[in-house]
Amino acid sequence: MTDIIVIGAGVTGCAVARELARYDWKVTVLERASDVCEGTSKANSGIVHAGFDAQPGTLKAKLNVEGNRMMGELSRELDFPFRNNGSLVLCFDEKDRPTLQRLLEQGKENGVEGLRIIERPELKELEPNISDGAVAALYAPTGGIVCPFGLTIALAENAAVNGVDFRLNTEVREIERTDFGYRVITNGGAFETRVVINAAGVYADRFHNMVSGKKIRIIPRKGEYCLMDKKVGGFVDRTLFQLPTIYGKGVLVTPTVHGNLLAGPTAVDVEDPEALNTTREGMEDLLKRAALSVNGLPVRQVITSFAGLRAHEEQGDFIIGQAEDAPGFFDAAGIESPGLSCAPALGRYLAQMVLQYLPAGEKKNFIAGRKGIPSMALADAEERQRLIQENPLYANVVCRCELVTEGEILDAIHRPLGATTLDGVKRRTRAGMGRCQAGFCSPKTVEILARELVKDMAEIGKNDAGSEFLTGYNKDGIEVWEEVQG
Amino acid sequence: MKKDLVIIGGGPAGLAAAIAARDAGVEDLLILERDARLGGILNQCIHNGFGLHTFREELTGPEYAGRYIDQVLARDIPCKLNTMVVDLSDVPRGAEGEKGEAEGGPKPERPEGRKKSVCLVTVMNREEGIYTIEAGAVILAMGCRERSRGALNIPGFRPAGIYSAGTAQRYVNMEGRMPGREVVILGSGDIGLIMARRMTLEGARVKLVAELMPYSGGLKRNIVQCLDDFGIPLKLSHTVVDIRGKERVEAVVIARVDEYSRPIPGTEETVTCDTLLLSCGLIPENELSDSLGVEMNPATNGPKVNESLETDREGVFACGNVLHVHDLVDYVSEEAAQAGRRAAAFLDGRLEKTKREIPIRAVDGVRYTVPASLDTGRMEETQVVRFRVGNVYRDAAIEISFDGKVVSSRKKKVLAPGEMEQINLKKADLEQYGDLKEIRIAIRPADGGKQ
Amino acid sequence: MEKREFVCIGCPLGCNVTVDTEGGQIRSIAGNTCPRGADYVTKELTDPRRIVTSLVRVKGGELPVVSVKTEADIPKDRIGECIGVLKDIELQAPVRMGQVVAEDICGTGIRVIATRADAAL
Repeated sequence: MTDIIVIGAGVTGCAVARELARYDWKVTVLERASDVCEGTSKANSGIVHAGFDAQPGTLKAKLNVEGNRMMGELSRELDFPFRNNGSLVLCFDEKDRPTLQRLLEQGKENGVEGLRIIERPELKELEPNISDGAVAALYAPTGGIVCPFGLTIALAENAAVNGVDFRLNTEVREIERTDFGYRVITNGGAFETRVVINAAGVYADRFHNMVSGKKIRIIPRKGEYCLMDKKVGGFVDRTLFQLPTIYGKGVLVTPTVHGNLLAGPTAVDVEDPEALNTTREGMEDLLKRAALSVNGLPVRQVITSFAGLRAHEEQGDFIIGQAEDAPGFFDAAGIESPGLSCAPALGRYLAQMVLQYLPAGEKKNFIAGRKGIPSMALADAEERQRLIQENPLYANVVCRCELVTEGEILDAIHRPLGATTLDGVKRRTRAGMGRCQAGFCSPKTVEILARELVKDMAEIGKNDAGSEFLTGYNKDGIEVWEEVQG
Repeated sequence: MKKDLVIIGGGPAGLAAAIAARDAGVEDLLILERDARLGGILNQCIHNGFGLHTFREELTGPEYAGRYIDQVLARDIPCKLNTMVVDLSDVPRGAEGEKGEAEGGPKPERPEGRKKSVCLVTVMNREEGIYTIEAGAVILAMGCRERSRGALNIPGFRPAGIYSAGTAQRYVNMEGRMPGREVVILGSGDIGLIMARRMTLEGARVKLVAELMPYSGGLKRNIVQCLDDFGIPLKLSHTVVDIRGKERVEAVVIARVDEYSRPIPGTEETVTCDTLLLSCGLIPENELSDSLGVEMNPATNGPKVNESLETDREGVFACGNVLHVHDLVDYVSEEAAQAGRRAAAFLDGRLEKTKREIPIRAVDGVRYTVPASLDTGRMEETQVVRFRVGNVYRDAAIEISFDGKVVSSRKKKVLAPGEMEQINLKKADLEQYGDLKEIRIAIRPADGGKQ
Repeated sequence: MEKREFVCIGCPLGCNVTVDTEGGQIRSIAGNTCPRGADYVTKELTDPRRIVTSLVRVKGGELPVVSVKTEADIPKDRIGECIGVLKDIELQAPVRMGQVVAEDICGTGIRVIATRADAAL
C-alpha cells in the first residue's frame, strides 16, 4: 500500500517525485528500465529554453518560463551541470523579420526577460562562426544548457534520499480502479495506491487510456542528433536556433554543458515508441540544416550520433493534471520540448495539485541539497590533490578521453540509486562519452561493475536485460568451429 | 621533480626509445605507462608475426614486447606504471632557466649540454597522487586508438554487441571471455583480419568481413591465413548501412558502395549476427601533444617532425603510432630508437639548433612523409623516410627527386595504402648536393595508369 | 600444366607467388622475393601448415588466461583438434613466458608454449 505511484523515472517523473518527497506521503516510482533517465530524458538537446517559443497562455509557456527561472538555483542545490549561455534564433532572410518580431513579442508576453533583436554586426561579434546567411537574431540571454542526465539523476537521487521508493525494472502492465484508488499491476507484482501520476513519456497515452474514457494519443516524434568532439566545443558559445526556413523547421547548434558541440534534432513522427535508431537520411539532413547556422560546421569531428523520441500529444500542449473521469489519476503527458526546461516547475505544479486532492503535511526532515560525484576532469589542481588524499582511487584513470577515475566510478555505483550498467556509469561520470566512445574503458568499467556488485562480468550490460556484453568463455562454442571446418 | 628525459608511454615505441636513449648516455630518464604493465597493446596481440625484421624470428606480441621489457629491466630504467599523464605544458617563463648557476646555487643536474627544462609533465597515480615533472626532453609515445562507430556515422540502433576490434581483442585475449557468437567485421585492416581468426579459433562464427574500399587495408598474408584459411568471405566495396536490435545486435545490413563510398540502393543484404566488430582505422592519440600545442600534420594526425623526429617544440620528440600509424612493430621500434638517440643528443648538446630545414614533399600519390623535413647538418648518416600512398598501384615506381631532378627511381610490384613504404636518404648524397632546397617523393605509375 | 597463385605468408611482404605444376609435380616457382616463398608454396601444395596461437586458462593468476603458441607450424587440418586440446588445459599460476604447456600437441611432435607470463595473484 502506497499513497502515490509515479509511473516513469524520466526527468518529469523524477521532478515530480522530488517535489512529492517534501510531504508526508509514501511515494513509489515505477520504472521499467534498469535505471532512471532511460527514455526521452536521455536523448534530447539538453537545452533550458528561455520560453519564447510556446503560445502565450499554454502550460508549455507558463512552466517553461518558471522552470528556466528555477534552473540556476536548482543546479546549485542539487549539484548538476548547468550553464546560462544564452540563445539566439537566427533569421536568414529579410522577409522573415516579421516572424522574428512576432517571436520577440510572444516571448515578452510569456514573461521572458531580456529579449531583444540583434543585427548582424553584433551577432558576428557574439558568434564569430555565425553563418554568412544570418541577417539578424532574437537574443535570449536567459537561455541555458543543462546535462539532462545530471538533472534527472540529481532529482531522482534527492527524491530517494528523502524516502521515495524507486522500483527499477518494473513495468506497468495494467491499472485497475479500486475503492481505495488504483491497483497498478506490474511484472513485479501489484501495487495498491491512492494516487497515480502518469509520467510515462511516449507510453503515457497507454496508461491514461486504461483508466479514462477521454482518450489521448501520443505520437513518438523522432529526433536525431550528432555530437561533436570537445575540440570543437567552442565553435559556438550560445545555443543557435533557426527561424523556420523554406527548408522546414530548423535544427539547433549548441555547445553542451560538458563542452561538446551538438547539432539536431530532426523531427519525424514514427509508429514504434522504441525506434531509437538513427538513419542515414536523418543524419545527413540534420548536418545539412545545421550547416545553415554556422560557417564550416566541423562535421568531421562527429564522435557519436543518437536519436530520441519526444512524446508529442496531438493537441499540442502538455496534459498536466487530474484526468476528468478518473479521480486521483494525474497525467503529466505529452511532455515534449520544452519538457526538460519545465521539469522543475512542472514537478512543483503537479505536487500542488496532488496536495489539493490528498492533503498532507510537510516533511520536517526534508533534505533539499545533494552533492554530486566529484569530477577529476573539472577539478582544479588543489581539489584534485584533496580528492586523491581522500581516496587514492581518484588518481586511477579509467576513461582517458574524459579523465574519469575509478574513484568516480565507485561513487556512481555506490550512491543512492547507483549505477548498475555501463550506461548508468557513463551518464553519472561521463566514462565512455569521449572521443574513443568507450573503446578503451568499457572492459575496465565492466570489470569494476562486476566486482562492486558482486556479479560475474557476463551479467553486466549496457542498459536493460539482454544488453549484456559477454556471451561466454573462450572456446565455449568450439563445436560450432568444427562444424564450420567440416 | 626533475628528469632529463621523460618518455610518455611504455608500449613498443616508449620501450625502444628508452633503451636507445640509455645506450646513448641518458642516465636520468623515466617511462610513464598508464596501464598496469609495460608492452602496451602488444600484450593483447597474441598472434604471431612480430619481429621478423628485428629478431629474424616470428614472435607473438607479448614475446616481442618481452624482449624489450627485458632490456629495459636489464638497464634499470625506471618506469611508473598505472600512471596517467594528465597534462603537458610549457615551463612558465621565469620559473626555470640557469638560475642555479647564476645564483651560484647547487650544481646543475646536467653539467654539460642543455640545462633548460622543455616542458612540464603532470602525472597522476594511486601511490603518489598528482605532481609535476620538469622534463629536459620528452618523447611522445602514446600510441593510437581505434576509430569508433560514432566517428564512422553508421546508422541504426545502439545496442550492446558493437565493439572496436581492439576492445573485443582485449576481452578474448586478456580476459578469456567472448564478446559474441556470430560476428560481422567491418574493416579489413590488420586488427580486423586478426580478430576474424581469433574469434573463429575461440569458437565464434565470423560471417563476413566487409571493407568500404575496393582493396583491403591489411597485409595480404593476413587475408590468406585469417580469412581464406577459415573460409570467411571478404566483401570489398561494402559497408554496414544499418544496425538492428534494441538490446543486443540482432543483425546488420550491408550494402555495396559506389566509387564515392556511397551505398548503392538495392544492394542491401541483412546478415544476422549478435556482434559487429569495427576495424576502421587507427587515430594517433595526440591529446597531450595538443595540450602542449605542437604543430600537427593533418595527413597523419600526428605531430609534424624533422629528421630528428623532433616536433616544432625543441626537445619534444615523437615516435611510433602517436606519430603516424604503423603496420609493423619492427619499424616502430626502429623509429623509436632513433627518437631515443636524438633525445640523448639533444640533452648533451650535440643536437644543434636547426639551421636549414629542407622540406620533404609528398606528391603524386604519396600522402605524407615522416619526417617532413631534414637538416643535413643534424641528420644521422642515413635517414629513413617512411610514407604511405593514397591508392593501390601495380608496377609503379617510387621516385625521389632533389630540386626537381630525379635521383632515384625504384620499381615496386604493389603499393597499397595499407602498407607503409620507406626509403633511405644518405647524408653523403645530400651533402653532395650543396644548396638543396627541396626533396620530393612521388609515385610514378607504370604507363601512367593506376589500379 | 596448371598455374596456381599464392600469397606467401612467410613475412609481411606478402609476395604473389606463381607455381606451375604438372601431374602434381612443381615445374617452376616465380614471384617470390626470397627462398621462404618457394618453401611456403611447396609446403602449401603438399603439406599446408600453420602456427597456432591461442589461450589456455590459468588458475590463480593476475589474468585468467595466458597466451600460447605452437613452437612450429602444425598441419593445417589439425588446427581444430589442437584448439580442442587447448580447451581442456588449465595451468596453475605463476606461468612464465616460454613455459611448456603441451609437450606434443595432437601427436605432431610439436610443443605448445606460453607466450606471456602470468604472475600468481
